[in-house]
Amino acid sequence: MAVDMSMQILIVDDYKTMLRIIRNLLKQLGFHNIDEATDGTAALSKIREKDYGLVVSDWNMEPMTGLQLLQEVRADTKTKDMPFIMVTAESKTENVIAAKKAGVSNYIVKPFNAATLKSKMMSVIGDF
Amino acid sequence: MDSKPLDQDGEDHGDDDLVENEVSDIVRQVLNSMQCDISAADMHLYEQITEISDYIRAARTELASLRPEDISQEHIPAATDELDAVVMATENATNDIMEAAEAIENVAESVAKKKGEILNDAVTKIYEACSFQDITGQRISKVVNTLKEIETRIDAMMAAFGAAGGRPAGEADSAQDEAQKAAEDEANLLNGPAMPDVAQSQADIDALFDQLD
Repeated sequence: MAVDMSMQILIVDDYKTMLRIIRNLLKQLGFHNIDEATDGTAALSKIREKDYGLVVSDWNMEPMTGLQLLQEVRADTKTKDMPFIMVTAESKTENVIAAKKAGVSNYIVKPFNAATLKSKMMSVIGDF
Repeated sequence: MDSKPLDQDGEDHGDDDLVENEVSDIVRQVLNSMQCDISAADMHLYEQITEISDYIRAARTELASLRPEDISQEHIPAATDELDAVVMATENATNDIMEAAEAIENVAESVAKKKGEILNDAVTKIYEACSFQDITGQRISKVVNTLKEIETRIDAMMAAFGAAGGRPAGEADSAQDEAQKAAEDEANLLNGPAMPDVAQSQADIDALFDQLD
């Protein structure tokens, strides 16, 4: 099934510059319906209000981290299958294991490039 | 008149010196009461206790002369302010670069397809490169946390030695508990960017991720 290029995507990062970078890269990939949140709590409110086709989230944020956000998303029957990509500087094995255990759809380590973002998105939501 | 003992720098260490002097007095009285029963071993013990007492006094004087309070009240805050300024400056510069790249991207839509693609590729590279600001910001946060940890330990050491400028022992303990909790939190997965020589690449992450399926 073809990917709906008009899908809503939520990007979550406490660095506004990083939000801007990811937004611009997503636009270049053809996705224009993009919402932003600067921490897990704000993101969770948005996720409960809107059916996102993809969440792209940082890990290290306060007060709610990306991992906690992922756990909340997976714990809710309405959002448990929502595609969720973690984009983080945390590159230790235990981080990847913890994220995988929590049900992350894919994992991108910072700094990343547009090609990596595209390939991980395609592995999660399908080719576009 | 109630006069408290002063050290060689003329500083008043109040209760701490009182306790030291009391200990010395008690040891002296015990040894005097033993009179002829004093053995060479007892004398050796007495000399050692006196040496330890002198050592503690000298260490405390040295600590005070180093003005450790300047480290926590002046040097560390100045260093963290400088680092905050670095983060702010790089963030502003990154936003300026992003703005310029966005302007180029808009122009790319109105030029010939081939040239537009070249411009878009260049803009993508600029966006990718701008992510350095996030990484450097996280690295600087780690340095700031390390400086705060040093500050906490200096305060705890000063409190333990009773040196001038030290915080009360209880306060140092609670600061130490806080530092320990922060260290535990850090161990609890949040370490920020790893140094390049030990960081796992995206290929390493992908291999691990697939293994976990």
